[in-house]
Amino acid sequence: MAMNTQGRPTTPIAGPDTAAPETFTGNRGLHIEEALIFETGRRDVTGVDVDDPGPFTPRLGGHARTAPIGLPGLTEPEAMRHYVRLSRQNYAIDLGLYPLGSCTMKHNPRLNEKLARLPGFADVHPLQPLSTVPGAVDLIAELGRWLLELTGMASVAMSPKAGAHGEYCGMAAIKAAIAARGETRSIVLVPESAHGTNPATAAALGFKVVPVPARADGTVDPEAVKARLSPEVAAIMLTNPNTCGLFERDVVAIAEAVHAAGAYFYADGANFNAIVGKVRPGDLGVDAMHINLHKTFSTPHGGGGPGAGPVVLSEKLAPFAPVPFVRFNPDGSGEFVETRRQAGETATPFGRITAFHGQMGMFVRALAHMMSHGADGLRQASEDAVLSANYVKARLADVMTVAFPDRPAMHEVLFDDRFLEGTGVTTLDFAKAMIDEGYHPMTMYFPLVVHGAMLIEPTESESKASLDQFVGTLRHLAEKAKAGGVADFKAAPRHAPRRRLDETRAARQPKLVWSDPAEETRAEAAE
Amino acid sequence: MRYLPLTDEDRAEMLGAVGVGAIDALFADVPADKRLAGLPALPLHQSEIAVERRLAAMAARNTTAGAVPFFVGAGAYRHHVPATVDHLIQRSEFLTSYTPYQPEVSQGTLQILFEFQSQVSRLTAMDVANASMYDGSTGAAEAVAMAHRITRRDKAVVSGGVHPHYRGVMRTVSEMAGDRIDTLDPDPAGIEDILARIDGETSCVVVQSPSFYGHLIDLRPIAEKAHSVGALLIAVFTEVVALGAIEPPGAQGADIVVGEGQSLGNPLTFGGPYVGLFATREKYVRQMPGRLCGETVDADGKRGFVLTLSTREQHIRRDKATSNICTNAGLCALAFTIHMTLLGEAGLMRLARLNHANAVKLADALAAVPGVTVLNDTFFNEFTVRLPRNAAAVVETLAARGILAGVPASRLEPKRSDLDDLLVVASTEINTDDDRAALVQALKEVL
Amino acid sequence: MARLYTKDHEWIDVAGSIATVGITDYAQAQLGDVVFVELPDAGRAVTKGGDAAVVESVKAASDVFSPVDGTVTEANQALADTPALVNEAPEGDGWFFKVELSGDADLADLMDAAAYKAYTDAL
Repeated sequence: MAMNTQGRPTTPIAGPDTAAPETFTGNRGLHIEEALIFETGRRDVTGVDVDDPGPFTPRLGGHARTAPIGLPGLTEPEAMRHYVRLSRQNYAIDLGLYPLGSCTMKHNPRLNEKLARLPGFADVHPLQPLSTVPGAVDLIAELGRWLLELTGMASVAMSPKAGAHGEYCGMAAIKAAIAARGETRSIVLVPESAHGTNPATAAALGFKVVPVPARADGTVDPEAVKARLSPEVAAIMLTNPNTCGLFERDVVAIAEAVHAAGAYFYADGANFNAIVGKVRPGDLGVDAMHINLHKTFSTPHGGGGPGAGPVVLSEKLAPFAPVPFVRFNPDGSGEFVETRRQAGETATPFGRITAFHGQMGMFVRALAHMMSHGADGLRQASEDAVLSANYVKARLADVMTVAFPDRPAMHEVLFDDRFLEGTGVTTLDFAKAMIDEGYHPMTMYFPLVVHGAMLIEPTESESKASLDQFVGTLRHLAEKAKAGGVADFKAAPRHAPRRRLDETRAARQPKLVWSDPAEETRAEAAE
Repeated sequence: MRYLPLTDEDRAEMLGAVGVGAIDALFADVPADKRLAGLPALPLHQSEIAVERRLAAMAARNTTAGAVPFFVGAGAYRHHVPATVDHLIQRSEFLTSYTPYQPEVSQGTLQILFEFQSQVSRLTAMDVANASMYDGSTGAAEAVAMAHRITRRDKAVVSGGVHPHYRGVMRTVSEMAGDRIDTLDPDPAGIEDILARIDGETSCVVVQSPSFYGHLIDLRPIAEKAHSVGALLIAVFTEVVALGAIEPPGAQGADIVVGEGQSLGNPLTFGGPYVGLFATREKYVRQMPGRLCGETVDADGKRGFVLTLSTREQHIRRDKATSNICTNAGLCALAFTIHMTLLGEAGLMRLARLNHANAVKLADALAAVPGVTVLNDTFFNEFTVRLPRNAAAVVETLAARGILAGVPASRLEPKRSDLDDLLVVASTEINTDDDRAALVQALKEVL
Repeated sequence: MARLYTKDHEWIDVAGSIATVGITDYAQAQLGDVVFVELPDAGRAVTKGGDAAVVESVKAASDVFSPVDGTVTEANQALADTPALVNEAPEGDGWFFKVELSGDADLADLMDAAAYKAYTDAL
């Protein structure tokens, strides 16, 4: 079998010595337990007063709903408490350092929220006449121009809804460009350290994925790429800086080899935050790259989305961008192209990948972020992000094990679990112990190229005092692990709203929606 | 620079700790001849006031829906969102948290996802729902791919009543994957014979109700025919409020239900971000795309929630994943579920009734305008009218008079000149008698 | 015939023309709690070294390869309801599937119990 050994323990250890004392309510001070809306709400209760339309003759034909829906309602004060209580069970950037590698959890300015809510952006419909939304089109064009300048690319597709969707868009453009040459190519090269979205995207487009191993220093060897190139290879998908936190220093040689083989260079832009204003992907030979606006340009992660993933394209790929897109006119204005027909003769869009025009709400936020920073601030942000990661690396190198110590880190630094050898503490335990110290864990067990990976990305949003406290905490934990403190690690976290959860049980007996225990009892009795 | 906490003294000290003299030493692996010598050719940093001034000026150039009589729908709908919703989604712990991969410090998001999934499954009358997709259109394309995995077939039959953009997305994704897609002609009259297109090679049938043109479709015979040949029925909706008034797709035999959830909790925002709803039968859950939240217990035996069945997903299964989706529509799903909780069943049904009533009033009023024909026998809050001349031109004329009248079908089906006179008109609870009177009066004047 | 083992941690019992296949105790320990097993349908042709099943823990999914060429005659349906059997009795009740061999099985590259133990000890 092709064994993936990342199957770390997912059943927590319980026991009287690890349990916290109970209160009568189950609440613990400011932490208040909250039931499900299905347990507290009622079908006949509402928090919204809706006017009665008076008598009229319905036109629903025979389609009117007859059965009850089973949806609970809460009045406004009850709903407010429900969600506020639940909110307090979440970690957040606004609470503390969020060191998730390759996720770029930076500060989310509230100016951006305010501007995205201006009625002129939030209260316009995607299909109202374009003559009534010139400001919206201009905003998309303006953001596009910033992205092109920062990346050194020829064109941008704004409609992708998130990073993975951007990957799909860019790789679809590549597939279309190859088809336009009258060729079919079936293989996409993906380095082992890539995000899972890369191989998943290639597979969704019908490509076969061929992995490229990393060399000992954590980067991709151009010779390894060349050895795999053939007339069957459509593209390489390369993350740069890569997920080991290293800049692919042979990127130019890789790009040249890929182009010489008639293939394209797709760059995963997830780690763009390291290099904004320092180097332009277009100058490195990139043909397509998505930009996670929710990472690099600070649109909020929102507990898992929404994101936005505009894709910049080289001149070769520009004609294949999907509809809709914004065409930049020489006078600086933007023109909205919605259909293949409007695209004219110079463009052959491969189709449409979403209804409407993309994540406008995220565009406003990202542009506000960029304008606030300006060219100087954006470059400074990247430099600070890289400096902070290297500072964390330098301060922890003697107590933890840096996976690739010889190269400078970019905006994130990768540790492995060699420093925990013999302690009985695993990467998972170490991460959970961070929770008790008030930190969100770092990205762990990714990338797969090192054992027990811990990927730390502090971002530019942290003060030196914050970094020092973080470093001090990790130093303390590393030393504690080595001093035989394994029991505390295994029991962690103790101070979070929940202790370790039984993921095995969740997966073996999936319970994905609420069901009424009373109904279940009746159903069992009926059997 | 107000967003960057490091001072120059901090930077110098940190460079010292790292052991390099200047920041550029840390960029040593970037080929020297490729590094930017100076700053990018973009403006320098700006104050809050300056940024706000510039973007507010852009916003001011757009005609906002709330400022005019507004009847635009066609896949995105203007509804009243309670003030509570926007307040709550801006709480730091929701707005600035990550995907809940660390459940011990993400129970807020996770419990809400569990409630969201439960609400969506009940609304659609399906067994299970996921934690959201990007939007309805990408969800529809994912549903087709999922059906292909389940049936091990590769042909989708897509109704002419499905939103043209959704059809476009499904076409792109099918073509790129090398799958077949049989798309019926646009069906403004709601009379297509889709049963005849379903055969033994069909993997799935995709039908929208209410359709793009507003018709309510009886899904039962389509489900029956599909099931008789081993195919699945994918039911699509773009207006989730309709499920408060009409029979849910799950009760009519749908195997996968996908739809747009924007109507609840989420503003129009020129097309995004929205929230895709995705539900299916329990037996298909391991073929589902997207994140799933499940109930379990913690080490102390307390109920808690986790992301589960993750081996379907790209971060584990890589090229064998059910989808490449990673980021979903978390905050939009939160807005949806808060609005849904505030409404409750009683509120949703009242809201649906008010929407329907307003649309009926509008349809009756428009039918009385000389030259205007309402094409629908049945509809919820949206229907199609035939005008005596080009609908796009009429819409432009009315827009100039401060009325946003609807969506000309030709905007989405530009190749079909036979649809040039058709206008898709929506009316929700936001419309007043005055709005309707203004539209009717203006139409009388310009037609 | 004594049980044989592959380098990919499957075991195989051959009795006449029927082989029974599962994953080893070493493999289940490495995987952690097994939460789901995707089994081949009866009648499916499998090839030596080719994908035949998938075993999932919470955080990982691993392909299980067939050690022989043949046609699946039966899958262990007990694993559908109780995937924990793979952890509890990997080399007994937690078997995966049975294969009708197509011709003489090529077993030359497989290990006996002692050789497999030496192999895993060295990993």
